[in-house]
Amino acid sequence: MGDGRIQVRRSAGARLWLSAGWLLFVTLIAIFAPWAAPKDPLAQDLFSGRLPPFWVQGADKTFILGTDSLGRDVLSRIIFGARIALAVALIAGTLTCLIGATLGLLAGFLRGWVDVVISRLIDIWMAFPPVLFSVLLIAVLGPGLFSIILAIVVIDWTRFARVIRAEAMGQGAMDYVAAAQVAGRSRLGTMLVEILPNVLPTIVVLLTLEMGIAVIVEAILSFVNLSISTDDPTWGGMIAEGRTSVHQAWWVLVFPLVTLFLTVLAFSQLGEGLKDRFDPVLR
Amino acid sequence: MSFLSIRNLSVQLKGGQRLLRSVSLDVQPGEVRGLVGESGAGKSMIGKAILGTLPQAVEVVSGEIWLDGVDLLTLPPRPRRRRIGALAALIPQDPLTALNPSRRVGPQITGRLIDILGWKRPEAEARARELLAEVQIDVVERVLRCYPHELSGGMRQRILIASAFAAEPKLIIADEPTTALDVTVQKQILRLIAGMQAHHNTALLFVTHDLGVVSKVCQTLTVLYGGLVVEEATVRGFFNAPQHAYSRALLAATPKYTDPDASLLPVPDAVVQALEAQVAAADRAWHG
Repeated sequence: MGDGRIQVRRSAGARLWLSAGWLLFVTLIAIFAPWAAPKDPLAQDLFSGRLPPFWVQGADKTFILGTDSLGRDVLSRIIFGARIALAVALIAGTLTCLIGATLGLLAGFLRGWVDVVISRLIDIWMAFPPVLFSVLLIAVLGPGLFSIILAIVVIDWTRFARVIRAEAMGQGAMDYVAAAQVAGRSRLGTMLVEILPNVLPTIVVLLTLEMGIAVIVEAILSFVNLSISTDDPTWGGMIAEGRTSVHQAWWVLVFPLVTLFLTVLAFSQLGEGLKDRFDPVLR
Repeated sequence: MSFLSIRNLSVQLKGGQRLLRSVSLDVQPGEVRGLVGESGAGKSMIGKAILGTLPQAVEVVSGEIWLDGVDLLTLPPRPRRRRIGALAALIPQDPLTALNPSRRVGPQITGRLIDILGWKRPEAEARARELLAEVQIDVVERVLRCYPHELSGGMRQRILIASAFAAEPKLIIADEPTTALDVTVQKQILRLIAGMQAHHNTALLFVTHDLGVVSKVCQTLTVLYGGLVVEEATVRGFFNAPQHAYSRALLAATPKYTDPDASLLPVPDAVVQALEAQVAAADRAWHG
């Protein structure tokens, strides 16, 4: 029978497995980077600068994706760059989620003065221009992995807080919440047992989106040279370097860009796929 | 002393609009009292005030709510919630939103017994099975493992009824429990509530705007208008000889299946004006 729901489920499954597969692949490569990378990502060799990828005329087959203007292996740098990208995605995404979702849940469910305080805080926070804010923050803290993570958390917790607050508010108006209260559940208990499972799908989607955003933010900050020290390979840093020589060596720009794009896309698609999995109505 | 005794309860929107104007009401152990009135008369508000689920924009101004000898309004929030949870339960209006959509039915019934009343899991599960059988669900095991969206509205209302009776409360507040159901299911659910009430000898406060339902289920009733108690009577007395002009008008406005062609009479203007004057007088007395 042409049941629409079966169709939906199949496409959701493919999306979930493709995106999860790519992220697993990137994660494994990042963990085992010293073994996975064919060359030393930092080794410079000015005599073999701007070598093209292996299928182009004049390539050195040992540099599979070519070299940059300093003769460093592009593939190895992408692989080592994945470590920083994923570390930022996981740590910054999780922290942002924890802080933002907790505040949003409290504001949306408890309402009253708690909501007033948290909502005003969000309003004030969002009045700061985010890019300027993060640049300022890193200028003060000094570049480094820790600063980037902190910058992302500090800027983006409001995204979680706002969405989860609205969601918790909607759920809080439902009769089952009143029923739990009548049955004698504490406020905190109601929040955790009744509300949280219903906002969890949204939290998961936001979390994966946030991980994607974290990867992009890290790349942007690397691009403006405010990320990790310039020696460490980062995708954003590679894109910034590649941009200057794009007419002579397009591969230095294109390969990190494609990797970045696929990873961010995979994060957002993973979120969508997981949401369908989590939703009891679609399950 | 009555099991539930509300004394001069006044409730208002924060900012001034009054919703309940010095309402007094008694429910004896095992009594089934109907609470009727038009939309906005404050009948649901009374139920919410008793159960402590008033919306945030609404506050109790004055009055007492005695439940089994303790004035709930003098208790701090936590003991109050516990006391209500132990003595009273709610059968909600809309079965579609009254079950948590992301949890299976079984844990929703047993969870409250285990977490709040400290039952052991096997006891709670046995109790849930027993109750589902009592509300005439014959595929108990399957229903316990279902998510709410997998069940029909009538089925969900049965589960909510079972859940309300689970901890043997002494008072159940049924807030228009059949309004969201279609007519054929309504009748079954009413019969079920009445049967369960008689079996467990629970006091029942039945909020409805349907006088026909009241005549079938209730023993006594309270008529509200604009947050004022207009009439209190036994069901027999009310339907034979309503005292208040408004009550007579309400009865006259109810369609009769014995005479389907008879035109429906609206509540006469004079009666409404008299009631509004009463409401205004109550407010003057309050502010005076």
